[in-house]
Amino acid sequence: MAKNGSGNGKAPSINGRAYPLNDHTYDVVVVGAGGAGLRAVVGCSRAGLRTACLTKVFPTRSHTVAAQGGISAALGNMGPDDWRWHMYDTVKGADWLGDQDAIEYLCRNAPAAVYELEHWGVPFSRTEEGKIYQRPFGGMTTDYGKGIAQRTCAAADRTGHAMLHTLYGASVKHSAEFYVEYFVIDLIMDDEGRCRGVVAINLDDGTIHRFRAQMTILATGGYGRVYYSCTGAHTQTGDGNGIVLRAGLPVQDLEFIQFHPTGIYGAGCLITEGSRGEGGYLVNSEGERFMERYAPSAKDLASRDVVSRAMTVEIREGRGVGKNKDHIFLHLDHLDPKVLAERLPGISESAKIFSGVDVTKEPIPVLPTVHYNMGGVPTNYHAEALTKKEGDPDRVVPGLMAVGEAACVSVHGANRLGSNSLIDIVVFGRAAADRCAAVLEPNGSQPELPANAGDKALARLDKFRNANGGTPTAELRLRMQKVMQANCAVFRTGEILSEGVRLIDEVAASAADVKVTDRSLIWNTDLIETLEFDNLIAQAVVAMNAANNRTESRGAHAREDYPNRDDQNWMKHTLAWLDSDGRKVTIDYRPVHTYTLTNEVPYIEPKARVY
Amino acid sequence: MVEFTLPKNSRVTEGKVWPAPQGAQNVREYRIYRWNPDDGKNPRIDTYSVNVDDCGPMVLDGLLWIKNNIDPTLTFRRSCREGICGSCAMNIDGENTLACTKDMHETKGPVKIYPLPHQPVAKDLVPDLTNFFAQHALIQPFLQTETPPPEKEWKQSREDREKLDGLYECILCACCSTACPEYWWNPDRYLGPAALLHAYRWVIDSRDEATGERLDALEDPFRLFRCVTILNCSKACPKSLNPAKAIAELKKLMVERQKI
Repeated sequence: MAKNGSGNGKAPSINGRAYPLNDHTYDVVVVGAGGAGLRAVVGCSRAGLRTACLTKVFPTRSHTVAAQGGISAALGNMGPDDWRWHMYDTVKGADWLGDQDAIEYLCRNAPAAVYELEHWGVPFSRTEEGKIYQRPFGGMTTDYGKGIAQRTCAAADRTGHAMLHTLYGASVKHSAEFYVEYFVIDLIMDDEGRCRGVVAINLDDGTIHRFRAQMTILATGGYGRVYYSCTGAHTQTGDGNGIVLRAGLPVQDLEFIQFHPTGIYGAGCLITEGSRGEGGYLVNSEGERFMERYAPSAKDLASRDVVSRAMTVEIREGRGVGKNKDHIFLHLDHLDPKVLAERLPGISESAKIFSGVDVTKEPIPVLPTVHYNMGGVPTNYHAEALTKKEGDPDRVVPGLMAVGEAACVSVHGANRLGSNSLIDIVVFGRAAADRCAAVLEPNGSQPELPANAGDKALARLDKFRNANGGTPTAELRLRMQKVMQANCAVFRTGEILSEGVRLIDEVAASAADVKVTDRSLIWNTDLIETLEFDNLIAQAVVAMNAANNRTESRGAHAREDYPNRDDQNWMKHTLAWLDSDGRKVTIDYRPVHTYTLTNEVPYIEPKARVY
Repeated sequence: MVEFTLPKNSRVTEGKVWPAPQGAQNVREYRIYRWNPDDGKNPRIDTYSVNVDDCGPMVLDGLLWIKNNIDPTLTFRRSCREGICGSCAMNIDGENTLACTKDMHETKGPVKIYPLPHQPVAKDLVPDLTNFFAQHALIQPFLQTETPPPEKEWKQSREDREKLDGLYECILCACCSTACPEYWWNPDRYLGPAALLHAYRWVIDSRDEATGERLDALEDPFRLFRCVTILNCSKACPKSLNPAKAIAELKKLMVERQKI
């Protein structure tokens, strides 16, 4: 065992102050304990790799817990289904920006991943024959768009909760090592560009820990909190993307931000698409089921970007409901109360608590709300992080992986289909673990970390801990959120986006004036929120610039000045780097993978996307 | 020797009264337990005035408003803000509940907030729940089977699946266990309502084949049988679950298997 792994070392001194370092050595370090992180942890532990999971919240607090509607897989429990149909739907949902090799991997492996979850104990709802119950979901069709598929496996409307608790149980079974309420500050990168581990702070006692690992897996989730209103948790700050940008690596497709059609008006809490899957529908102020006009075939079960745009147009044209005509009604009151109680109990409760609505009697006031980030750390279907180097657009970053919403594999392309994220996290969480098992040696020897490893992370921590400017973190965060909300919304134009680029740069510049009030080290949430804000603003700057740069409309990125998809010029992934002062974005591109994984399914050629 | 009064360094003192926000029309007083492990001082109660016109209706909205506008050092856990992650469990107006789903206007007078009772406090409203989570892990919260798994899913009838309703929804917020006097007195030996609810969730799962071992693990004067049916757990649960009933069902199973 190398020296770095043994006990406490002496810390490098920063600003005359020492932060003692605790050193650890593992084969694999997983950052994040949502569904993707936990699936990777279980897989790596089972493969005999010494695995640590670092998480800023207790595992069952991760935001996978809030996923409601279900997990897609072509099980065929409710009628004929085929993973190729699932693949077609996903490619079309992604508006042809998804990598089809990765999409094939996802859809082909989906049924096995769901059966595995069931074997671990997920309490799925059941059919009369005792099989896993599956419900219709937006964009999920049979026979390449001809009929509506029932493909989304559900545990009532608490599927994410049931999955996360089961995955946590599985990690308990495999005696996974957790470092709970540890916040990762930065990656440790060596001079050759290999990731060697991470530096983290333990919230509970303020100690600093340096983790050396053969492989670091980022499973840190999305960055919904760059917006003022989002369905995501307060902790959803996309720390992995921020960390990767600071390491001088690119992120991919950050301009693609999904608005969920049905966030509760005002509160922003999620109402599952499964509510429309079970027969719910949207109406405007004239009582019209307007989705019939926008998507004659799929109607309320069109893809999320399509429904969110339709709702926005209705409101814009004066057909919104309520005093200010600024939202839409979702009707569930025509459904059998027994169905609501059995299949949609969670959102019935949420609607009651957050909008005072009895869903058996009244419609729920809803509004398109920021929900999911298609973009993230670019990876291949093994979950290995990628960068573009020496002309190679698929160059693997050694020692680094990303999974889940933090990653951009890219299976969701320009728009994710509902219930494809829960399958994404388990399929690619497992893929990451399988890859680790294949390429890593358990307890393999690792070179000593450079003596100054982690210095930069400590300097950053120290800078924010003693930040004594004039603007509290909360104020900076609010400014950022308002800019994103106003200038990077459902519909975008060049004018609004270039103003957005200027405004978000002003926020990034004023971040130098940040003020942190709490100077302690134990449970200093003021400091943690500031580190999170620093991650958020980096992503906001990149997302705004990337959106301004992409002069076409594709999936969730709807440019009114460029209303059409432009495959000639834009069927490519945006890669973006951020310079060290966090303000200048450098953009390059990666080609979309226009090939599949095997010969069992042909490449699906781009065509017009109509629902 | 039993101590009937709090040790001197644990006595809660009156803390700072923060000035009301300027120009606020409607304010609500929040009285919040504060304790900082760094300063060596006793815990205190700080008083804040929340501008309710500038803030959402829930108690968590008020706490966030204070943290964002008045006092960034106020420390508490929060995440999903919709009652599913279980982070923001605390004692509000004398009852354990989730700050994110508790409407501040349902309470009268000042909103009084303490950390969950009888847990070590890490700082302000953040309890140390290590013991609570260890007890959950102890009941082996995962499916155990002897039969080799089928190629597809284990079959489960709708009736058998229905038996898990009211159990699997637990969010591990710890409101129930930390409301239980038996748990306060025997936290090291009595598993508490949350862990026992989970134990029953796996015992009653038609797919699980380790029922005997699971019940064996509860065959102990404290782990299960320390429950004396006070029912604070069921009253406290913010998800309207009934841990007391799950415990009663476990006790029944324990008795029934004695008969055989």
